[in-house]
Amino acid sequence: MTDSLLQETETLEVNLGPQHPSTHGVFRMNVKLDGETIVSLKPVMGYLHRNHEQIAENISYLGSMPYTDRLDYFNSMSNNFAYALAVEKLAKIEVPERAQYIRVIMAELTRLVNHVSVTGFLLNDLGAFFTPVLYAFREREKILDVFEETAGSRMMCNYFRFGGVKLDLPPGVLDRIRKIVKEFPKFLDEFEGLLTQNEILCMRCQKVGVLPFDLALSASITGPMARASGVNYDIRKVDNYSIYNRFKFKVPLGKTGDVYDRFMIRILEMRQSVYILEQALKEIPEGPVLNPKTAALAKAPRNFKPPAGESYGRVESPKGELGFYLVSDGTPQPWRYHVRAPSFVNLTVLEDLCLGHKVADAVVILGSIDIVLGEVDH
Amino acid sequence: MLGVLRGMGITFKNFVTSYLFPRRADSLDTAGMVTVQYPEERLLEKERFRNFPFLIYDKTPDDLRCVACDICAKECPPKCIYIVREFDKDGKPLKRPAVFDIDLTVCMNCGICEEACPFDAIFMDHEFEIGGAERQQSLVYHKDQLLKPATYFAKIRPTDHATIEEKRRKEAEKKAAAAKQSSQGAAQTPPPPPPAVPPKSPQPNA
Amino acid sequence: MDSLFVNLKKGLLDFLSSFLPADFVMIASALVSIIAIAILGPFTMMYLTWFERKLISRIQNRIGPNRVGIFGLLQPLADGVKMLTKEDIVPDGADKVVHFLAPVVTVIPALLVFSVVPFGRNMAAVDLNVGFLFFIAVSATTTIAIFMGSWASRNKFSLLGGMRSVAQLVSYEVPMVLSAVPVILATGSLSTVSIVEAQSGWHGLKWFVFTPWGLVAFVIFYLCGVAECNRTPFDIPEGESEIVAGFHTEYSGMKFALWYMAEFMNVFTISGLTATLFLGGYQGPFLPSWVWFFTKTYALVFVMMWFRGTLPRLRVDQLMGLAWKFFLPFTLINLFVAGLWFFLPTRGLRVGVSLALLAVSFGFLVWVNKPFVPEKRMYEFAE
Repeated sequence: MTDSLLQETETLEVNLGPQHPSTHGVFRMNVKLDGETIVSLKPVMGYLHRNHEQIAENISYLGSMPYTDRLDYFNSMSNNFAYALAVEKLAKIEVPERAQYIRVIMAELTRLVNHVSVTGFLLNDLGAFFTPVLYAFREREKILDVFEETAGSRMMCNYFRFGGVKLDLPPGVLDRIRKIVKEFPKFLDEFEGLLTQNEILCMRCQKVGVLPFDLALSASITGPMARASGVNYDIRKVDNYSIYNRFKFKVPLGKTGDVYDRFMIRILEMRQSVYILEQALKEIPEGPVLNPKTAALAKAPRNFKPPAGESYGRVESPKGELGFYLVSDGTPQPWRYHVRAPSFVNLTVLEDLCLGHKVADAVVILGSIDIVLGEVDH
Repeated sequence: MLGVLRGMGITFKNFVTSYLFPRRADSLDTAGMVTVQYPEERLLEKERFRNFPFLIYDKTPDDLRCVACDICAKECPPKCIYIVREFDKDGKPLKRPAVFDIDLTVCMNCGICEEACPFDAIFMDHEFEIGGAERQQSLVYHKDQLLKPATYFAKIRPTDHATIEEKRRKEAEKKAAAAKQSSQGAAQTPPPPPPAVPPKSPQPNA
Repeated sequence: MDSLFVNLKKGLLDFLSSFLPADFVMIASALVSIIAIAILGPFTMMYLTWFERKLISRIQNRIGPNRVGIFGLLQPLADGVKMLTKEDIVPDGADKVVHFLAPVVTVIPALLVFSVVPFGRNMAAVDLNVGFLFFIAVSATTTIAIFMGSWASRNKFSLLGGMRSVAQLVSYEVPMVLSAVPVILATGSLSTVSIVEAQSGWHGLKWFVFTPWGLVAFVIFYLCGVAECNRTPFDIPEGESEIVAGFHTEYSGMKFALWYMAEFMNVFTISGLTATLFLGGYQGPFLPSWVWFFTKTYALVFVMMWFRGTLPRLRVDQLMGLAWKFFLPFTLINLFVAGLWFFLPTRGLRVGVSLALLAVSFGFLVWVNKPFVPEKRMYEFAE
């Protein structure tokens, strides 16, 4: 328990334990403190392990689609998207145009939902007593209402299918989305006014938890965390999956890689997402939303036998690179199914980021990495 | 100092507008108060909202559309449906379920049972005010608790009901025309199960 | 109307003196004041919790408590009943005597300082001629009480909270007292009632807040007062999201209610004292004096709660840096400027010299405390 490498003082070992108001789920950190400064930090995860990969090996491909919703339970549409891409790559299924546009719209709405809530929660960890969270949640509520009208459920959407989406958008939803997109920049200005130039926030967040460029590259950090350190890697630009190559948008990059940069990158990404949404809403065509060959799949999911082989489908989820690795052997159940969760990979550098800072900063840094325990523990 | 004051100005503006603009039931405007005081005021129900499943019958509870084919039980990801087919006095299997249990504590509201059913017999309900005093008995719904009339379905999901009624009417017409064509006065098959034309509806091996 | 309570008390005492000897009437007079404070203190605290919850919820665009009684006015009673009926948990290895005494030792000073606050004309319970000093000295004993509470809980988080809180409370005492010294300089007496009387005349323009040194002193005294009450942005001891309630983690039931009560009573008295020292206390036109006092105090309480709803929390080292490196030099300079104010001959020279000196020193201190100032960042976009 006591660390004998430090001669003069004893280090205090504290558990920022599984039950804590700010660890975003059941997550434990074993922290050794010297006064108030962190000397070592070990993350302990696994409290939310639910056997997702094992379950998926025993049910049909469509049957594990609702389970993927629950991986990153905050943004369920992007998990669905990644899984659908992986299976479509495996079975070589085409997706009709309208379905592609609807997928992009849902993915970008999910990105808005996630970034705005994470920013709010980061401020909650800093102590602003829920006010930014509730402002963020007002916008999230509007978008979740859209999800409920379209997919049937606010969070566990289960909306994407192999070859398109499950159902077409009901009438009126497109106008609601247009209205949301029109009012979002105004909300973002208000949100930024509350936070960006706030001196206390700047004092707490600047130069805290700096992630250098080399460490970000070597630890395979992806997502807003990597872009805040200057790594120019956005899967929407690199892979051009779905129809992202038709939209013009920019990728914001930071220089320092501290908590303030990550927070600002997310806000700038939200503005870019609004821009993509405007373009997509203007160009969306009419047509079928599900590939007719796989529409019959819905009636008999256990007869869907993709050809033997392997595929890796990945998307730019709001937290990083979310990838699904599937190996099929021709039977209706996958032979191996693996999820590459961005939160899990991004957590590996937590110790390097926190050394030398105070306890209060550990919580803030954890908040800026933006983890969701459902993903970390599958 | 100025950033702090600006932030405080925004919260003050929210404080004042929360008194001036009360929320209307389903508007998207969230300037002002956003609280909906629950038991007295409710949000509008969305048509596609899916909560737990229910079985549908056309005219009387004995006239249910389900034929106990067991497809929903096989497709259900968490395996929360349990079906036992009914046998008549001679031991011949009937096209009805004797036992149809759904364990609501296991069901994850995914809606795959509704998609997979070839006979349009099971749909997702809108009921969410469900509570039980303990887990084992009160939250496992049996067949009689799950049966609801088609008029209820029309009330909660009008467009889906219209689409399905249209499809069933067309199939009934096609069947009647085929039956009249094939032989005069041939026995009509019993009403509920539609013919196997569009989706594959294999009879499962028991 | 203005002397309503004074007349009530006099009437009661006259009634009692008709059948009691004079000594007993003296004791009865003290008892009446004590009972009035003992009722006012907890009552204020209860309705301050209601006020805070409604205010913060309106800032967050939601309705606060509104089910228990109309507008939720009976909510504090429901909270009180809840606290009283909770199980009283004492951790196993905790020091039982100290654990029991800590909340008690916190509440008593909070109640005691009510006696020197002038609620209206002739309405201070005890007009001590060292009133202000009494206030500072008694409210400083909350430091030891908080440390007792955190030590006795035998919990690492509480210990962290307790140590931080002792550091914070001790460091913020110094600028607080020093920023009130110009007021005492101007008045010539430590008694709260005479401080208020010294601000009378000219229809309120002689309040100390309208002078340059008074304005600076007001802001610094108020912010240090917020730190003394452990409120956001200085609420590190009870930093909810970091160390889960800090020094009162291990308290439940009525003991927790006592900590809570002490904090809110402190909020009230600090605001009341700020109003007394700088804003003219109970003076104002038309309305009775006690209405003015309560209005000013509640306006300052509103600002404290507004801070809580908006601002994030400062980190411990930044907190200490703010107190020692910014507030303390500034109060010393302020003291010097206040002294100059009384020695310069003409009005224009006074105002000009004070403003110039204060502005220059503010700029200098901001420049010296570089890490406190946010840097502007530019972000590049890649295709």
